[in-house]
Amino acid sequence: MQPFIDQIISECEILQGLPLWFSYLIFQLIFCGIIFVFVAVFAMLAGYAERRVAGRIQSRIGPNRVGPQGILQSLADGIKVFLKEDIIPTHADHILFRLAPYFIFIGMFLSFVAIPFSSQWVIADLDIGIFYLLAVESLVVIGIVMSGWASNNKWSLLGGMRSAAQIVSYEVPVALTILLVVMYSGTMSIQGIIMAQGAAPWNWNIFQTPFLFVAFFPLFMGSLAEGNRMPFDMPEAESELVSGYNTEYSGFRFVIFFFAEFSNLYLIGALATVLFFGGWQAGPLPDFVNGLLGIETPLSAAIVKNLVELCVFMFKSLCLVFIVIQLRWTLPRVRVDQLMNICWKYLVPVAFFNLVVMGIWMVVVPEYVTDIVALCMTACGVLLLGYFFYRVAWQLKNTKARLRFNPLS
Amino acid sequence: MTESNQPEKVFKTEEMVLNMGPQHPSTHGVLRFELTTDGEVMTKAVPDIGYLHRGIEKLAETVGYVGFMPYTDRIDYVSAMTANQGYAMAVEKLAGIEVTRRAELLRCTASELNRISSHLVGVGSFGLDMGASTPFVHALRERETINDLLESLCGARLTYNYVRIGGVSHDLPTGFIDKAMVFLNHFEPIVGELNRLLSDNKIFIERLANIGVISKEDAINYGLVGPNLRGSGVKFDVRRDEPYSVYPELDFNIPVGLGKAGTLGDCFDRYYVRVEEMRESAKIVRQCLLKLKDLPEGDIMGKVPRKIKPPKGEVLVKVESSRGEMAYWIVSDGSDNPLRLHCRTGSFTSMGIIEKLSRGMMIADLVALIGSFDIVAPEVDR
Repeated sequence: MQPFIDQIISECEILQGLPLWFSYLIFQLIFCGIIFVFVAVFAMLAGYAERRVAGRIQSRIGPNRVGPQGILQSLADGIKVFLKEDIIPTHADHILFRLAPYFIFIGMFLSFVAIPFSSQWVIADLDIGIFYLLAVESLVVIGIVMSGWASNNKWSLLGGMRSAAQIVSYEVPVALTILLVVMYSGTMSIQGIIMAQGAAPWNWNIFQTPFLFVAFFPLFMGSLAEGNRMPFDMPEAESELVSGYNTEYSGFRFVIFFFAEFSNLYLIGALATVLFFGGWQAGPLPDFVNGLLGIETPLSAAIVKNLVELCVFMFKSLCLVFIVIQLRWTLPRVRVDQLMNICWKYLVPVAFFNLVVMGIWMVVVPEYVTDIVALCMTACGVLLLGYFFYRVAWQLKNTKARLRFNPLS
Repeated sequence: MTESNQPEKVFKTEEMVLNMGPQHPSTHGVLRFELTTDGEVMTKAVPDIGYLHRGIEKLAETVGYVGFMPYTDRIDYVSAMTANQGYAMAVEKLAGIEVTRRAELLRCTASELNRISSHLVGVGSFGLDMGASTPFVHALRERETINDLLESLCGARLTYNYVRIGGVSHDLPTGFIDKAMVFLNHFEPIVGELNRLLSDNKIFIERLANIGVISKEDAINYGLVGPNLRGSGVKFDVRRDEPYSVYPELDFNIPVGLGKAGTLGDCFDRYYVRVEEMRESAKIVRQCLLKLKDLPEGDIMGKVPRKIKPPKGEVLVKVESSRGEMAYWIVSDGSDNPLRLHCRTGSFTSMGIIEKLSRGMMIADLVALIGSFDIVAPEVDR
């Protein structure tokens, strides 16, 4: 972020009169505010999008009453929840009960500090960014266990316990996979990992070697499990635990859980994009857009460049978010012990194997072979994507509600 | 003894008693289970029934034979048509009332359509219990069409009160046969789609295989009926073995559990029997509609006396309801009210075996078990 702020300061005379630390502080606060607003808006829109997609998958319409095509539905729901009475159960542990949402909130928002939205727009490009991301995401599990325990509800407690076991277990394959990418890129900085990839699909990490491709799945499944998404939404398993750890929460405290859920949804997409899909890499696109708009000044050019990269990043991560949503509305839920089996019996060995073989590959296989493999893998990826679209189109065509009777006709 | 035993002494553990229901999404109504659990694993789950007891059987003693008909709808509101039919058949047998062939065919059509819709709810909500909400909505979409069809037949969508003592209330509306045929043509491939979406799903099968295994002997000893009994491989169906109405003329199979996913008699078998039964019921409806098409217009009510006063005696009539054998036992003292009426239902009988099966199960498995019995809570308590 610093180069970008420096650039703004050098262009703006008012800021040059102020002490440098003060300008930095102001700008960082502004960017934090933007992130906050982004997460809030994203949670709102993702909630709406999820319900619309779910509606289409389930051959119904979904919310379409509040605002044009129901786009304000989440806002209406949010206002409704805000107006609810804030209830703390009588025998709940008051302190922990109040404290738990903060942990979840902080854990979620700290993650956004290290998410690079474009080449310059990242709050803090830490040298150990990916490590930091793993660390702060674990903060959430403390909040969840805390809320489950403090609610004085056995079902919530079960939810909290499930969540602890699940998140702690699934961090292992996720960390191993991240380690693999770190090993391949040679850096722990998130920007560095993105920089090591390119804009074209055959430069993305996922298509580099078969092992990186396989490694994507432990990461994706692991982040689904850590984000409590279907098919791993054990902690809030609706039909088993009613609502899990957040059963006893209402009002604004509940909204925080809701925010955390949806910002986590975005984090799943963003993390996979950063590690495997080339992040914000846009190639010659920013220069092309700049040329198209005829922009001369360096600051405007930088802003446009970052905007284009932001759009690329958003597009990639939102595609993944869409897949996560689609998975949620298609699959049943696995059982707790099966969940652990999947993690420890399949994902962890696969991740380990990948790590080892990838290391050998990096030493043994010459570079031109890797390039050929990358091209072949990209072609396979395109075919896979084509098949995916074909299946979705087939389903959309064939599962429409075709019959409508008017009983009185 | 050795050191390995010491932690058990230091950390005292005790079992947790969990209260599941009466308000819980997977108990399918107002039903309560008392779970004794050790973490996620249960040592025992005891069903506690009676939250929905409305005294329907006692009501029969005051409202009279004709007046009781609407109450039968409420015994099993998901499959009201078969409950209607069972009661009507019992009174007809008691009072010696003949039913016309047209009425029998209409009853058969209606109750088989209702069986499809009931199984759609059962199968769909089972998916919901397993966490898959999409199949549920798809199943309800099909059920909606059946509701439309039955509404055009009798004016009601849930509690039909269509079957009357001695016949049925309405004849076929114009165009019903064609509409129903269109629906059946549409519906039969939908069962395949449902299988693709749910029954063939690896996660779904893994959740159900080898869970809640009921042996043939246990199924008979605990008095399970209908799909729950057939899921254990017992080929018993009242429609075939003690035929009533027009069923002897019809050609249909009795699907039984085959242990496709794992052990014979597990949750998946019970589930899959229902899926197969939907196909069979569609076949039956098709045959009934063809027979109705050929049948000339005629009476839909037999000769029924103005006041039904059956002679002294008692009668037991069984029908195959969607949830299995449904038996009506009526004792008449010669007056116009029954002296005693009892209704034995499928969901009630399946309550008994839950405690036995639940030992060592996980909480998520109990949800699967309850779902696989396709319990309708008002049918348990009446």
